[in-house]
Amino acid sequence: MLMFRDVFAYSDMLLSGLLTSIVLCGLAGFAGFALAIFCAELKRTVPGPASWAVSAYVETIRNTPFIVQLFFIYFGMASLGWRMSPQAAALVALSLNAGAYFTEIIRGGLMDGSRGIREAALAQGMTPLQVYLRIVLPPALAKVDKPLVGQFVLIFLGSAVISQISVEDLTSAAQFVQTRTFRAFETYILVTAMYVSVGLSFSLAYGRIRLALFPWLRELRQ
Amino acid sequence: MSQFTTWGIVSTIIGKLPWTLCLSLIAFLGGAVVASLLTLLTTLGSRLADACVSMVIATIQSMPLLMLMFLCFFGLPLLQVNVSPLLAASVALIAFTAAFLTETWRAALKAVPRGQWEAAMASGMKHGDTLRVIVLPQAVRIATPGTVGFLVQVVKATALASIVGFMEITRAGTVLNNITYRPFLIFAIIGALYMAINLPISLLARRLERRFTFNN
Repeated sequence: MLMFRDVFAYSDMLLSGLLTSIVLCGLAGFAGFALAIFCAELKRTVPGPASWAVSAYVETIRNTPFIVQLFFIYFGMASLGWRMSPQAAALVALSLNAGAYFTEIIRGGLMDGSRGIREAALAQGMTPLQVYLRIVLPPALAKVDKPLVGQFVLIFLGSAVISQISVEDLTSAAQFVQTRTFRAFETYILVTAMYVSVGLSFSLAYGRIRLALFPWLRELRQ
Repeated sequence: MSQFTTWGIVSTIIGKLPWTLCLSLIAFLGGAVVASLLTLLTTLGSRLADACVSMVIATIQSMPLLMLMFLCFFGLPLLQVNVSPLLAASVALIAFTAAFLTETWRAALKAVPRGQWEAAMASGMKHGDTLRVIVLPQAVRIATPGTVGFLVQVVKATALASIVGFMEITRAGTVLNNITYRPFLIFAIIGALYMAINLPISLLARRLERRFTFNN
């Protein structure tokens, strides 16, 4: 029989683990997003070695498991003398991982940015940075925001792995509770439900604020 | 126990490579079989079956794969099944693969224009024949790039089996790291092995995508 009562006794611990997971992923999401915008623009505008470096970074991350990236950053970098706390290593690994996937997605949005509009904005006297931030980037992001959010949720779900370098995230809390209560199955059902509901809530919440972020989509829809 | 030479480390890791490949194959083939059945189920036109399949897919895709693996590892014993790490990892990875492939294949079937169905039925073909001779060949072309590309996800996902104790290359890496403490070398080699498997598949998937898009 399933017995959840023992597991619920540890709900504070599970919630604090969940908070750690959310905070780390949230920070990594922002860092990865900034990194991706930089990489996507670099790849679009600067041909040659810089562009190859971005490709190498993106392909390396996309073709290797996150857990190996995490171990490489946490254990590998420490052995070279660059010691990080588990949390910091997890944050770096999650950010680099997010950055690579986001780069590919954002690049897809930037690809057919029309040159005429850009030139018109330059001719109006806007600086190149202004043109980029106000004219080029917003419609590109509006085009790929749903895949970005989907990928972010996948990164949140994948972050369960950071428990393996002893970050006290939701999965690590689950592993602790499981050894205390001997209710492994119940614990993981509950924790899975927590992951699922946070992931779904985030997608739904984004669907709500989407039109506030990109107001012109509202007019297009009518 | 720390008399591992560099070559000793490399050969130990490579020695576990067949297990990574084997688990990937189990997951992909098992997932493909389950996905074929589920996809077939959705072509029968029952709303209820369709909704059930959609729900199963959505549930599996919205949970962390690691949790799915833990649930198999700790849940299957409750059904009086004796669970080895290989079995738990296989069941979880098959479910993960089946969910994605069903979604892809179902979308590919739907992407074949309705007129193709209607024309075939109007010329007297039965439902099964229409599916087999007319619709499936077109759907396969649409689904191939995504299916091949997903193989990369499967190979990467097998690394999680190391957490439930299945000895493949990532697990070999963590064990070797505890013995030798040469993590930089060890995880670089492991990363390189995954790259060697996955990069060709990624490139192939991209080429297929370009080819099939131009033909349409």
